[in-house]
Amino acid sequence: MVFKLNNHLLSRIASSNGHGEDSPYFEGWKAYDSNPHHPMENPNGIIQMGLAENQLSFDLIQDWLKNNPKASICTPEGVNEFREIAIFQDYHGLPEFRNAVAKFMAKVRGNKVTFDPDRVVMNGGATGAHETIAFCLADPGEAFLVPTPYYPGFDRDLRWRTGVKLIPVDSESSNNFKVTREALENAYEMAKLNNIKVKGLLITNPSNPLGTMLDRETLRSIVRFINEKNIHLVCDEIYAATVFSQPEFISIAEIVQEDIECNLNLVHIVYSLSKDMGFPGLRVGIIYSYNDAVVSCARKMSSFGLVSSQTQYMIASMLSDDEFVGKFIRESKTRMAARHRVFTDGLAQASIKCLETSNAGLFLWMDLRGLLKEKTFEAEMALWRVIIHEVKLNVSPGCSFHCTEPGWFRVCIANMDDQTMEVALSRIRTFVNKDVDTKKPKRTLRWQGSLKLSSPRIYDDFINSPHSPLPQSPLVLARN
Amino acid sequence: MNIHPNSKGSIFRRGNQPNPHDPTSNTRRTTHQPDSTKIHRNETHSATTRHSSSSNTPSNPPSPSSSSPNLAELSRTSSRLSLFSRVGSSGPVSVSSRASLIVRENDSPYYIGLEKVSKDPYDKERNPDGIIQLGLSENRLCFDLIEKWMVENVREAMVGRDGEHLSINGIAAYQPSDGLMELKVVKLRVSVTLLFMMIALAGFMSQVMRKVVSLDPSQIVLTAGATPAIEILCFCLADHGNAFLIPTPYYPGFDRDVRLRTGVELIPVHCRSADNFLLSVTALEQAYNQARKRGVKVRGILISNPSNPVGNILPRETLHNILVFAQEKNIHIICDEIFAGSVYRGEEFVSMPEILVEEFDKNRVHIIYGLSKDLCLPGFRVGVIYSYNKNVLALAKRLTRFSSISAPSQRLLISMLSDTKFIEEFIKTNKQRIQKLHHSFVDGLKQLGIQCIESSAGFYCWANMSELISSYGEKGELDLWDKLLNIAKVNVTPGSACHCIEPGWFRCCFTTLALEDIPVVMKRIRKVAETCKSLS
Repeated sequence: MVFKLNNHLLSRIASSNGHGEDSPYFEGWKAYDSNPHHPMENPNGIIQMGLAENQLSFDLIQDWLKNNPKASICTPEGVNEFREIAIFQDYHGLPEFRNAVAKFMAKVRGNKVTFDPDRVVMNGGATGAHETIAFCLADPGEAFLVPTPYYPGFDRDLRWRTGVKLIPVDSESSNNFKVTREALENAYEMAKLNNIKVKGLLITNPSNPLGTMLDRETLRSIVRFINEKNIHLVCDEIYAATVFSQPEFISIAEIVQEDIECNLNLVHIVYSLSKDMGFPGLRVGIIYSYNDAVVSCARKMSSFGLVSSQTQYMIASMLSDDEFVGKFIRESKTRMAARHRVFTDGLAQASIKCLETSNAGLFLWMDLRGLLKEKTFEAEMALWRVIIHEVKLNVSPGCSFHCTEPGWFRVCIANMDDQTMEVALSRIRTFVNKDVDTKKPKRTLRWQGSLKLSSPRIYDDFINSPHSPLPQSPLVLARN
Repeated sequence: MNIHPNSKGSIFRRGNQPNPHDPTSNTRRTTHQPDSTKIHRNETHSATTRHSSSSNTPSNPPSPSSSSPNLAELSRTSSRLSLFSRVGSSGPVSVSSRASLIVRENDSPYYIGLEKVSKDPYDKERNPDGIIQLGLSENRLCFDLIEKWMVENVREAMVGRDGEHLSINGIAAYQPSDGLMELKVVKLRVSVTLLFMMIALAGFMSQVMRKVVSLDPSQIVLTAGATPAIEILCFCLADHGNAFLIPTPYYPGFDRDVRLRTGVELIPVHCRSADNFLLSVTALEQAYNQARKRGVKVRGILISNPSNPVGNILPRETLHNILVFAQEKNIHIICDEIFAGSVYRGEEFVSMPEILVEEFDKNRVHIIYGLSKDLCLPGFRVGVIYSYNKNVLALAKRLTRFSSISAPSQRLLISMLSDTKFIEEFIKTNKQRIQKLHHSFVDGLKQLGIQCIESSAGFYCWANMSELISSYGEKGELDLWDKLLNIAKVNVTPGSACHCIEPGWFRCCFTTLALEDIPVVMKRIRKVAETCKSLS
C-alpha cells in the first residue's frame, strides 16, 4: 500500500520557514560544503569565513584536558566520580559547576563584579538560553527591540517557537553604528503605533557583527531607557572574553552595580562558553538573571537543554584551575589581537577598511561600499555572490544582519589557521586589484528571488557544533 | 501589576482565565492536586547526598500548604539582601504568562517529597534514620559494570577534533575514509562524531529490542535527553491549543514536557485496575469524541511502552489496535520506549518498529528513546527521536539546535555502545538484577497486605494501598502519602501525581536500593500500614 504523505498532519511550525534555511544565504553554505577549501587536497576550494568560531586557543584546552584526565570522569583516573556524575540530572546543576561559571564570568570581567552562583541557570548553548529567556519574558505577539546590525540567529532563536517579534533599532555607519537613545525611542514609538507591546531590549555586547563594545555612557543611557519604559534588558555578553585591546570591556553587571535606581528585576545576561573558550561542542549556555521569578522559570525550562553532567564536571574542574584560566584568557587575547592585526593590515593593503572601533569578537566588519555598483542591497547581493563564487570566500553580507546600509560584510577570522588566512587575504587582494582594473565583473550574476529585508537569514553559526563541521568540513575530514 | 492572563500565550483554555489575584485559581485542578508541571524528568532534585542545592533555590516556597506566591508579593529570602536582591522603585515587572504560571503554581507533593529526601537522605551508616528514596526511577544497580568497562577500555580523555580518537573497539570499521560514510555525512549534514553516535544508538536500540528489527541510523535525531525529545516532537506534530490523548496513569513529567512551552494539551484516557491499567480502544474512542465535541483538535496519542508508572508492556493486539485507531483518525502516535531494556519478565516486549508492517502508514509513528534508563546514564543527556517521517526528522533536527548533545559525552558513548559484547552482557545482567529486586520488593509489600499490579518492566512497582487510606479519594491518598513521607520516612509517588483515576495507588521505585535495604523499607511501611488499618 502506498501512503501519501499528509503534510497537513504536521504543525504550523513545521510548514513555516522560521528555521531560516530558505534564505538566499543558504547558497553560501551550500557552495562551501560542496567545495570546501583544504590546503592540500583542495587549495582552490571555498574558505569558510562565515562561522564565528574561536579556534585560536583550542590547543590550550586540549593540553589541559590531556594533563588533567581526572576532569573527564570517563578516564581510568576519573572513574571514581563516575557513578555520582552519571546519575546526576538535577536541573539546578552541579554546585561546583555553577560556582566555577560564576567565578569565570567574574574573571572575564576583570573581577570588577561578582556573580551569585545561585543565579546561574544552564541551557543548551546560548541558542537555548536565548530561546528560554524569550519564553520567560514575553508572550507570543510581544516584542523585543534589537539594535541593528545583529546576529541573524536571533531571528530564529528568539522567534521561532516562542512567537515573539523582533523590532530593529537602526544604527548608522556615520557614528560607527552606535546605539542611540533617539533610535531606541523611535523604535519603541513605532511599536506602540503598531499596537505591538515591547517587552524588552536585547543588546549584544561586544557586538556581533560589529566587534565593538558599548561604552559606559551608552550602557547607562540604555539602563535609564529600560527603567523608564519598564521593559527588560537582555544582554548577550557571549564575546566578553574576546576583547583583545583597550578599552576594557564593561559588563552590564558593572553598570547596574553602580546604578542604585535600576530595577534589577529587569536585567538578565546571556552567556556561553562557546566563543570565549572556543568550545561550542560543550553546549554550555548560561542565563544569569537578577530576577528571582525568571531564575526559577528558566531553571525549570532548562530541563529541555541540560548540560551533560560530565561536561559540567569537566568545566567545573577546568574553570577552578585559576592558573590555567588566567593564562588562557591572556593568551587568547594575545592571539586574537595578533590575528586581528594581520587581517586588518592585509585588508588595508587591498584598500579595504574595517570598522575602526572594533576591538572584540571573532570577526571584522568590512567596508566594501566602494566595490558596490550602486548603493543598493541588490548590488550587495551581487557582490556577495561574486565573493562566494569567484573569490571563493564564504563571508556574510550585511543585509543578513539587518544592516540599514548596503556594502558591509562580516568576515570571520578566528576559525582558521595562519596558512588559510594568508590564502584568504591573497584572494581578496587579487580580487580587489582585478576589480579596480575592470569596470564590470566578467560574469554578471543575476539576482534571483526577492530580497526581504525583514527576514533574510544566514546559515552562519547554524550548523553549530556538535552538528557543525569544525573549520574543515566533513568532506575534508573524510579525505584525510 | 502587569500579569497578562488573557494574553494569547496563555496555556489555559479560552473562558477559563486564571485570576491573577487568586493563587489557587488554576482551573484544572483543586488546590490539593499535585501540580505535575513542576516535576522534573526522573524526578530528581539532588537525590544523592552530595548535592543539596535545592534548598537554595530562590522563590520556591518551603512549605506546601502556604498559598503560592502572587507575583506582586514575591518575597526575598534574607540571603538576598545584597546587590542581588534590590527591587526597584518602579515596582514588580511583568514576565511572560508562562513564567507567571510557573511561579504561581502550588508545589506538588511530589516535589516536596524529593526536597525532603535531599535534606535528609537515608544512608545505612551515616544517616540510618533518613528518608528512603523510592520516588526516583533511577537505576543504580549496574554502575560497577560500566566502571569496569571504562577502566579496561578507556585510554585517554577522548576529547579531540571531530573524527579523531575513535579507533577503539570496533569503530575501526567506521573510518571516515569510508566512501559510504562520506556520503552519509554530507547528506545528513552531521559531523562525523554525530553520525557515529546515530549508528551506535541504532545498534543499541536494536540490541535492546532483542534484534528483532534493525534500525536505520538516518531515522535518528539525537537530543539532550528524552525530555527535549518529547517537546520537540510536540512542536513538530501539534499547534498551540491542540491535544494529545494519553492513557493514565502516566509519567508526571509529561505534563511539563508536552505542555509547558508548546501550549499543547494532554487529554487523559483513563485505564482501570480491572483491566490491569491496560489501554482499551473504547476508552480511546470515547476520549477522542469528547475532545471533538469540545472543539479540541486531537493530533495524536502518546503512549509509553513499557509503561510508567505501572510497568506494563502493551500486548501486540493493543498496539495493533492503536495503530488502526490512529490511521482511522489520521493522527500521530508517539511511543515512549525508554524502558525497553528493563523488561525482566519472560513476556515478549513488542516494540513499535517490530509491529509496523506494510499495512500501516509509518509516517505517523515516532519513537522516543534515550540512555537514561537502559544504560543508567541520565546525566549524559542522550535522547533519541526515531521517526519514519522524513519531514518530522528534518524539522526535529533543526530544533535540536536548542537541545543538542554535548561533544565530550559522545566519544565515550560511541565506543561503549559499539562494544556489542559488553552491551549484551550489560543488558542481560541489568535485567536480572532488576528482576531480583522487583521480586523481593513486591514480596515484601505482599507480606504487608499490599498488592501490586503484575508488572513486567521498569524500575518500580505499582502498589495498591487503597485499603490503607482513611477516606477513599485524593485527599485520603495524599494523607497517606504524607504519613509515609514524614512518619515512615519513605518517599513514594502518589497516583494522583500520575493522574490515576483510582485513588490509593502508589509508585515505588526500587532500583536505587540494595537488596538489604528492602527489609528496612518494609519495616517502616508496616509501621504506618498498621496505624492506618487500626484507624479504618
